[in-house]
Amino acid sequence: MDTAASEVSRPKLRVATTSLAGCFGCHMSLLDIDEHLFELAQLVDFDRSPITDIKHCGPCDVGLIEGGVCNAENVHVLREFRRNCKILVAVGACAVNGGLPAQRNHLDLGACLQQVYQFRDGVAQPQIPNDPELPLLLDKVHPIHEVVRIDYFVPGCPPSGEALWKFLTDLIAGRTPRLSHPLLHYD
Amino acid sequence: MSDDGKLVADVIARHGHEPSRLLQVLVELQEALGWLPPGVLTQVAGGLGLSRAHVEGVAGFYSFLHARPVGRYRVLFSDNVTDRMLGAPALMEALCGKLWVERGKVSEDGLVSVDTTSCTGMCDQGPALLVNGRPLTRLNHARVNQIAELIRRQEPLAAWPAELFHVDDNIRRRDALLGSSQRPGEALKAAVMRGREGWLEEMRAANLRGRGGAGFTTAVKWMACRDAPGAGKVVVCNADEGEPGTFKDRVLLTSFADLVFEGMTLAAWATGAQRGFLYLRGEYRYLLEPLRAVLARRRNAGLLGRGILGETGFDFDIDIHLGAGAYVCGEETALLESLEGRRGTPRIRPPFPVTHGYKGRPTVVNNVETLAKTTLIAINGGAAFAATGTAQSTGTKLLSISGDCAYPGIYEYPFGVTIERVLEDCGASDVQAVQVGGASGVTLAGYEFHRRIAFEDVPTAGAFMVFDSSRDMFAVARNFVHFFAHESCGFCTPCRVGTSLLQGYMDKLASGHGAMMDLADIEWIDRLLKNASHCGLGSSAPNPVLDTLLKFRPAYERRLQHLDFAPAFDLDAALATARRMTGRDDPGAHLDTTQEATP
Repeated sequence: MDTAASEVSRPKLRVATTSLAGCFGCHMSLLDIDEHLFELAQLVDFDRSPITDIKHCGPCDVGLIEGGVCNAENVHVLREFRRNCKILVAVGACAVNGGLPAQRNHLDLGACLQQVYQFRDGVAQPQIPNDPELPLLLDKVHPIHEVVRIDYFVPGCPPSGEALWKFLTDLIAGRTPRLSHPLLHYD
Repeated sequence: MSDDGKLVADVIARHGHEPSRLLQVLVELQEALGWLPPGVLTQVAGGLGLSRAHVEGVAGFYSFLHARPVGRYRVLFSDNVTDRMLGAPALMEALCGKLWVERGKVSEDGLVSVDTTSCTGMCDQGPALLVNGRPLTRLNHARVNQIAELIRRQEPLAAWPAELFHVDDNIRRRDALLGSSQRPGEALKAAVMRGREGWLEEMRAANLRGRGGAGFTTAVKWMACRDAPGAGKVVVCNADEGEPGTFKDRVLLTSFADLVFEGMTLAAWATGAQRGFLYLRGEYRYLLEPLRAVLARRRNAGLLGRGILGETGFDFDIDIHLGAGAYVCGEETALLESLEGRRGTPRIRPPFPVTHGYKGRPTVVNNVETLAKTTLIAINGGAAFAATGTAQSTGTKLLSISGDCAYPGIYEYPFGVTIERVLEDCGASDVQAVQVGGASGVTLAGYEFHRRIAFEDVPTAGAFMVFDSSRDMFAVARNFVHFFAHESCGFCTPCRVGTSLLQGYMDKLASGHGAMMDLADIEWIDRLLKNASHCGLGSSAPNPVLDTLLKFRPAYERRLQHLDFAPAFDLDAALATARRMTGRDDPGAHLDTTQEATP
């Protein structure tokens, strides 16, 4: 492992990840880099992430955000990441464009809630959940760049493990990340 | 429906079941029926041997074709920035109020709809509108009241007072072309006397360059077409004058149509073409009958048809094709697509139209003014033509002047005239900026008014919009950005998405959500549009933003609410529906909207 030896002197990057209105598919794709995970563990430390189970993000070099913004909690988490991460990255179709959850954007939120919690067949005690523990839904689902400043976008549903690895290694090596055509080609 | 069925069958038969006549068939049917019901589209597809999807694709492309029911009176306010400056938005609101109709919707009784449309080419006599395709100019509240009353009384358009439809030429300065007193056929006789080769020689000596904006040398284009292999050559006159702020072609077609048709015939003499098309923008539909009358008169005079001027083998005739509200069709290859009855999507060049144009045949496409100018060369010779103007821009140029000036209208100047001189002549004072060449042109600030109108310095297709110091140059640029987003043909992603993103950022700034980050994003989208678009529409769409950001940057900066980033919408307001539905109002049911500003 002589490559790893030369990296030891360099401080490790601190990376945080989270999924907002996403399906964790992009996180699964990150696990899909397979044996590169060992290399990654040499190169970065994880802060808040499903990998560490740390609940709040501290100062980081890189934040990877999966999913769009659909409720108030998503806004808080996203803002926490923006406050703490030098580089914030939109990972995957939902973070970049709103993706599948944004398909509800052409529906009226009020009508949607009524349909599900009040008018649906077989609902015994119609009641829209109102516990203060539950985050309120935004009237529309937004891509994350509409709520905070975003530095990089990695498209794909999900981006392949290969694309994520290329993106991260570029970032770690100090190159402006650039995905070549085959890594952006989906059909 | 059986009546409609017969009408459709008649129209299709009159156009010889020819698929390339699709757009003309649809335009005609809509004039008769008011809109294009699904059954009619199906019948047209069958009658022309086209797929239903193709017909619907074409019907859906053009703004003036309606595949859904529209009001019996369709009022469209011209939405160029000059119309806005003259008060169009307030007048439209007043008309909507009087007719109890919401903008963009059909009134409940199906009587009327009111909306905006791209520049109708009446900038010197705005605010203007189209009612069922016919132009009304010089709108004011009295006229709006009168129009509302006529519509409420359901007065047929034919019975409306004629003075409502009066359109002025407003020619303010005449030079070689507008001052010419040539008789129909005079130029043609002179060119025929010189022989085809001799005539082209004069064209070469004149060094005439295209007046549509690009400035390609006309003689080179004609020779390339003449030398291109293939029979059935075609001459097309591009009268799809859609560039906001341009109306010179309208005046030429109104009062100098003989010169335009004579120019087309001169092009046919040079190239050997036998077929000509004048592609007339839908907004100038009211000129169709007068133009057809001129064509008929010229046929009777032996200036069109077989053996023109008794010359054996000089056969040429001209058809007029109507556009239907699509700016992109001013691009020559999109125009050819439209002429062939398809959606106006620009082609990939090369091959150029001179070798592969209308239906793959060698085709010359020239601007209205260019063709009219060739008559001067035929009569006075190329050297005389080249004696005026500048070294690389010979002859004169028509300018369509509008905006903040005392005498808007048409001005003809020799090339090389300074902006200062033009501003003085048109009675403009306290001028902040001039938009030369329309929305896709260049924004000139005060320190550049010594510059000259010429291909060497400030090239132009003719639009010249004046803005005095009371105008907000950000609002001007935003109007143009909306125009491009509306007119993007949708074929290529950089333009379709880019113009719409740009519009989003301009609207964000306009609605008080602007942040410094937006300016960086705007510049990034500008670069993307410029470099990645399929045709000139997309690559010139960022021009007004690039220029105003460079020369009027404070107009943008004063709109910034945040120095870093701000969302385009109010996050707390976005929770209002959920609060209402759950009855919650606890602290967790709100979002702090000041927080985004902190880095």
